[in-house]
Amino acid sequence: MNKKKVTEQLGFWVLRLCVGITGLILLIILFDIVTKGIGKVSWRFLVESPRNGMTEGGIFPAIVGTFLVTMLTAVFAVPLGMGCAVYLNEYADDNVFTRIIRMSIRNLSGVPSIVYGLFGVVLFVQMMRIGTCVLAAGLTLGLMTLPWVITASEEALKNVPQSYRNGALALGATRWQAIRSNVLPYSISGMLTGTILGLARAAGETAPILFTGAAFFLPFLPKSPFEQFMALPYHLYIMVTQHHSLETARPIAYATALVLIALICSMNMFAVILRYKLRKQKKE
Amino acid sequence: MHQTKIEVRDFNFFYGDQRALKDIELDIYNNKVLGIIGPSGCGKSTFLRSINRMNDTIAGARVNGTMLIDGQNIFSEKMDVVELRRKVGMVFQKSNPFPKSIFDNVAYGLRVNGRKDKAYIEHKVEESLKDAALWEEVEDRLSVSAFDLSGGQQQRLCIARALAIEPEVLLMDEPASALDPTATAKVEELIQELKKKYTIVIVTHNMQQAARISDYTAFFMLGELIEYNETQKIFTNPEKKITEEYITGRFG
Amino acid sequence: MKIKENLIHGLFMFNALLVVLVLIGIFALLVNTSIPAFREIDIKEFLFKAAWNPTSYVKETYGIGSMLVSSVMVTAGALLFAVPIGIGTAAYLSDVASPGVREMVKPIIEILAGIPSVVIGFLGIVFVGPIISRTFGLPNGLNAVNGSILLGVMALPTIISLSEDALSSVSKTYSDASLALGASRWQTVIRVKLPAALSGVIAACMLGMGRVIGETMIVLMATGCAPAMPKNFLDSVRTMTSTIAIELGEVPYYTTHYYALFAVGLVLFIITFCINMASDMVLHKYQGKRG
Repeated sequence: MNKKKVTEQLGFWVLRLCVGITGLILLIILFDIVTKGIGKVSWRFLVESPRNGMTEGGIFPAIVGTFLVTMLTAVFAVPLGMGCAVYLNEYADDNVFTRIIRMSIRNLSGVPSIVYGLFGVVLFVQMMRIGTCVLAAGLTLGLMTLPWVITASEEALKNVPQSYRNGALALGATRWQAIRSNVLPYSISGMLTGTILGLARAAGETAPILFTGAAFFLPFLPKSPFEQFMALPYHLYIMVTQHHSLETARPIAYATALVLIALICSMNMFAVILRYKLRKQKKE
Repeated sequence: MHQTKIEVRDFNFFYGDQRALKDIELDIYNNKVLGIIGPSGCGKSTFLRSINRMNDTIAGARVNGTMLIDGQNIFSEKMDVVELRRKVGMVFQKSNPFPKSIFDNVAYGLRVNGRKDKAYIEHKVEESLKDAALWEEVEDRLSVSAFDLSGGQQQRLCIARALAIEPEVLLMDEPASALDPTATAKVEELIQELKKKYTIVIVTHNMQQAARISDYTAFFMLGELIEYNETQKIFTNPEKKITEEYITGRFG
Repeated sequence: MKIKENLIHGLFMFNALLVVLVLIGIFALLVNTSIPAFREIDIKEFLFKAAWNPTSYVKETYGIGSMLVSSVMVTAGALLFAVPIGIGTAAYLSDVASPGVREMVKPIIEILAGIPSVVIGFLGIVFVGPIISRTFGLPNGLNAVNGSILLGVMALPTIISLSEDALSSVSKTYSDASLALGASRWQTVIRVKLPAALSGVIAACMLGMGRVIGETMIVLMATGCAPAMPKNFLDSVRTMTSTIAIELGEVPYYTTHYYALFAVGLVLFIITFCINMASDMVLHKYQGKRG
């Protein structure tokens, strides 16, 4: 009996160690970046363009570029993703066709981001002749984000009680009327929560925009969707690996990483708060 | 004899390979209450939900045989299921108000059926709530959430919601099973009132309830219609032994 | 009314069909763009030869052997540490932790999952690299070990959250039965819950593996990317993903080299596709058994 207890305690400590390591990893990442990056981050760093061969100045164009490309990503991925989720959860029967769709979604979410980049180069940059620009990058990221939006939206739709649908149908509502008036209003915040989480991931992606529109350095902001842009993750990559003077660029790299993480965390935070509010609303 | 509203002949229902209803034959009469009784899983709910085709939403469900309403086949290609459901209202086992205001709940059916006239909607909401014997309890708080009502009130709200679109038939799936005795009595009283205007089919688990409120009673078991007759006959002098055993509570 | 309904239904269906088209489209375009490469490259040489030297003045060679080995090496290294820690964390969360602790740890995993790979790669250069170079006395720390550690960090959240889902969905009756027979909670976790959730946990690890193989920025930044065949974990490695990332920006469009890079992408796509399908099958078997 006693031996059993000892084994149990030992086992639990091994598991606790695993959790500890996981937590420690996050702590190291955040600690290193925050302590070494915070000194460089200032208002001017956020609103100025890089100067002197990117050894001075700020990262304003990269922030704007990431903002723009994420917006475009949302424009493509959100309606299509939500529409697909509505089809799957509200219309589709369990048949071969539906299973193929679901299988495609699972596989799309497993396609490596660099492969999305290759696809974007061929389809958007070359075949559609859009060229390397914000639009091409946004479309590429949009495709990559699509499966995440679908999965998250379907989850939200599943949380709407079946009785809302049946009640409406029994009153002579058509399928679409039931969805519009009795399903979407109660799932939209949940759909948005998941979508924002997906967009936050897209905002941090580098590989899909490497060849579809991200630029090394641009003195101006893009004036149309058909121009190249600077992006935070790509800028970080450049500052760490491609810069002519890596040592002088290092503080800027740290600060860029900090801004990028802060941006993504605040997007996630926003989504989590939205979800929390939603849950509270439901309980009331 | 009474006028037949719904005529069921040789009706079979399948979930995939499983036959849930076997060769059902019965007539449902105008302005009468039909009570359907039987042990759990006997197919009574399946039968009820066939009448307004709510089973359509179940994958792999299939029917054969005929079920006519006013002479029209409910399951024919030509039948518009939306029209059918306007004609055949339904009250569910668990009260299922929408997370909207009391007013909007009752107005929902009118609005989805294309009614836009505000005055008409207001009039109809009041009338339906009165018909459902709920008006006096809610008239001064129509804009509060339907979730703020008690369980019994919620169920009567769902009845009012169904009445608003002026159905001809009202299906009730154990409408009082989740209610306390006082609320149950209110709903039963209401059903007696409603049969003056509507044809009512009610599934119930509670034999006394069937005896109290229905004019006709159908006893289902294992997907078969065992016995169907006037309620008084079934409860005083059933033809089949198994019916007697069931209504005297020897199994359930 | 009916026409409108059918129209809406059709619209949504078309929308869903689009997803299938995207997947097929990716595959088709990769195949289509790869084919011209094999007009000049022998397909056997491409798959099995180690040397990748597309810009040689003497003779260009296109063999992905060393890339495959590199990809396999860093993936194996990453899983070596991400799988045990991931499953351990998942088991802790689902069976040991109090609800309060769980609510505290879950956000940690969510934040970890949200850290962009380029940031992890960055830390590989500035944080992990120097540690490795000091420990092993190497001129720099950009090698397979570095890449493995970082990829493991990236795979952790995936493995944890999916394994935890699998463990939590094991019916409570199993563990109750085990506890009622006098087994300790530890024995219940090890002997009842883990075996019952095994397929789900395996599927989680496979999905983690798929992500690791397809990851670009981390390996691009932290593994040195020397194109030679690696001999051990302290050697610099160059995976399929980093080769594409390094070279696609520099090659002229429509050259053999350009097409060859798409062929590498195609191989990568097929590998991850197979991993996904396999994890799907494992998971289905599991649902079938329990459903």
